[in-house]
Order: sequence, then C-alpha cells, then structure tokens
Amino acid sequence: MDLVIQLTILVLAAFVGIEVISKIPNTLHTPLMSGTNAIHGIVVLGGLLVIGHAEGVLSKTILVIAIIFGTINVVGGFLVTDRMLGMFKRKPAVAEKAEGGS
Amino acid sequence: MTTLATAFYQERDFINALYLVAIILFIVGLRGLTGPHTAVQGNKIAAVGMLIAVVATLIGEGVIPDGETALLIAVGVIVGTAVGIPSALQVKMTAMPQMVALFNGVGGGAVALIAWAEYRHALHLGVDLEEKVLIPTLFAAIIGSISFWGSNIAFAKLQEILSGKPIKLPGQQLINVLLLLVAVGSAAAIASVDSELLFVLGILVAAGILGNMVVLPIGGADMPVVISLLNAFTGLSAAAAGIALDNNALIVAGIIVGASGTILTNLMAVAMNRSVPSIIAGGFGGGDAAAAGGGDG
Repeated sequence: MDLVIQLTILVLAAFVGIEVISKIPNTLHTPLMSGTNAIHGIVVLGGLLVIGHAEGVLSKTILVIAIIFGTINVVGGFLVTDRMLGMFKRKPAVAEKAEGGS
Repeated sequence: MTTLATAFYQERDFINALYLVAIILFIVGLRGLTGPHTAVQGNKIAAVGMLIAVVATLIGEGVIPDGETALLIAVGVIVGTAVGIPSALQVKMTAMPQMVALFNGVGGGAVALIAWAEYRHALHLGVDLEEKVLIPTLFAAIIGSISFWGSNIAFAKLQEILSGKPIKLPGQQLINVLLLLVAVGSAAAIASVDSELLFVLGILVAAGILGNMVVLPIGGADMPVVISLLNAFTGLSAAAAGIALDNNALIVAGIIVGASGTILTNLMAVAMNRSVPSIIAGGFGGGDAAAAGGGDG
C-alpha cells in the first residue's frame, strides 16, 4: 500500500488512541495499561505473516519464538486484565487498595 | 465450488474487511475499559477482535504455504497459550504489575525477533529492502529490543529478583547516550551496508543494553509508570512493524496502544504527583526518585 495512505491511517489512529482514554478514573489505570498491553499482542500477526517465507533453521526458530512470545502477550494479557477487572467489579474497595499499592 | 469459495476467502479485501471489524472491536473495547461498569465487557470485546484478526491473517493466501509452516505456527500458538494461561491465572493480585511488565516484554521481544527474521529474509534473497520497509524494520528492532529488556528489568525489580532500589553506574547518562548512538548509527550504516552481524550486535544488543540501563536506576515505586511507558513503546514498535509488513491491523492497533499508552503514562505519573521526565531522569539526577517513590509505595 501507498506509504502516504499508511501514514494517514497511522496519524488518524493515533488521534483515536488519544481521544479514547482522555478521561479515566485513577482506579482503572492499571487495568487499562494491562488491556492495551494485550492489544499490542497483535504483533503475533507479524510472526504468522513472515514464517511462511522464512528459510533456514535459524529464521524459523526466531519466528517460532516470536509467535510464542506474541501468543503469551495476547492470551496472558487479556486473562490478567479480566482477573483484575473481576476483582474490581465484585469488591471495589479491595481493587482501590490494590491500585494504591501498585 | 470449493475453489471459488476458497478464492473469495483469500481475497485481500476480505481479509482487510475482517481487520476493520477487529479494529472497531479494539476501539469499542478500549472505550469500555475506561469506565468501571463497562470495563469487563470492554476487555472481552477487544479479545474477540484479536481472535478475528488472527483468524483473518491465517486464512490469507500464502500465509501457510506448506505443512511444516502449519506445524511451526501450531507449536508457537500452543506453547504460547500453555505458558500464558497458567501464568495469568496463578499470579497473585499483588504481583499483577510485574506480570503486565513480563507480558509487555515478550510483546516487544516478538517485534524485535520479527524484524530480525524479516531482515534475514531480505539478505537471503539478496535484495535491498526499500526504505519504506527498511526504516520501520530497524525502528521496530530498536524499540522492541529496548522494551523487551527494559520490561524484564522492571519485572525483576518488582519481583525482588533485583533490588527495588535504584541501581546506578558512574557516568550512566553518558553510557546511555553512547548506546543510543550505537543503535542509531548501526541503523544508518545498515541502510548502505548489508550486515546481519551489525544488525544483531549494533541494533538488537545495543538497544537491549540501553533498555536495561534505562530501567535499572528507577526505583520500585515508580515502576508502574515505567511499565506503562514501555507498553506504549511496544505499541509504537508494533505499528512500525505494521508499516514494514504492509498490515493495517498492526498499524492501527499498534499506534492506538502507542498513543493511548503515552497519555496513560502521563496520567499515572500525575496521579502519583510525579512527572514522566523526572521519573526517567531520576536515575541520572540523584536519590530524589527513590525518596519520593518510597513514600508513595
């Protein structure tokens, strides 16, 4: 795709990212960090896209590790966020305490 | 009939349409995460978006050219899931920040490794990568490597594998500047000279040491802010990888995390009555970072 179109998408998406989280309560800082952390696990797509044309054992090993890393990022990220929020939902007082201590 | 159906599903437009659905779900999910009543739902919506993005990628034409690739992908996904699920479920609530640091670190590591593999591929083919691909690849390698090693140090400090107190070397500021110059200089050199050794040592290793050196001087109480900053870094590196690989989902999801992560880092610092520059520079300037941080924890 044209670089200029990609940069347009990039800049507009950056504004979306800024707008989406302009106002959030302090208690949600850590879950939001964890949630965005899970979303950048999308890098796993890069590993999936490149491994098909990789040559040689070293390249393939590098990419399998990359896919393992990316999958850990996605799976672990969403699960940890869910656990944080689950606690937050049931016992807000405990969640606030945990937030303060983090 | 089957061939026709397959051809349709492998259409690039179809895959990009699925990416669009995934991106919408990410934004809606992220929006949900900003409110206490919608947060649980928001996280799940974003997870569905991720599943769609992964499936859309796998059905792409030529993504799985042979059985060996299918096997390698299966091994990667299964091992990653087998490691990710138990670590996320077993971690204690009090240990959450360092777990996020670890998950963030592997994400940054994945970006750096993908950039390395992509560079090896170009060397193997004997073609020069065009600037549009080479520059974001090198950027992704540098930022990804910083994020991986920085996050590991953040994890080690919060987990008390390393001391939570600031760890400093004499002349650290100068060393950091030199390391950054080595990484950027190597990137500039690679634009004209093909060298895998230069890529690995000059970029991945130098940026990795820089990641260590930047986080080591930071006190334990300031660490959540640093993790958030590294989180934004990984998002940025993912967006760069997206430009190199010509992939919309990576560009948009990466930059959304990069942008929102930067704002979030600032909000977290303000909530702690600190500023981001003072936290990062805290290690250079003396003991005040530790003192201020200690009272907060």
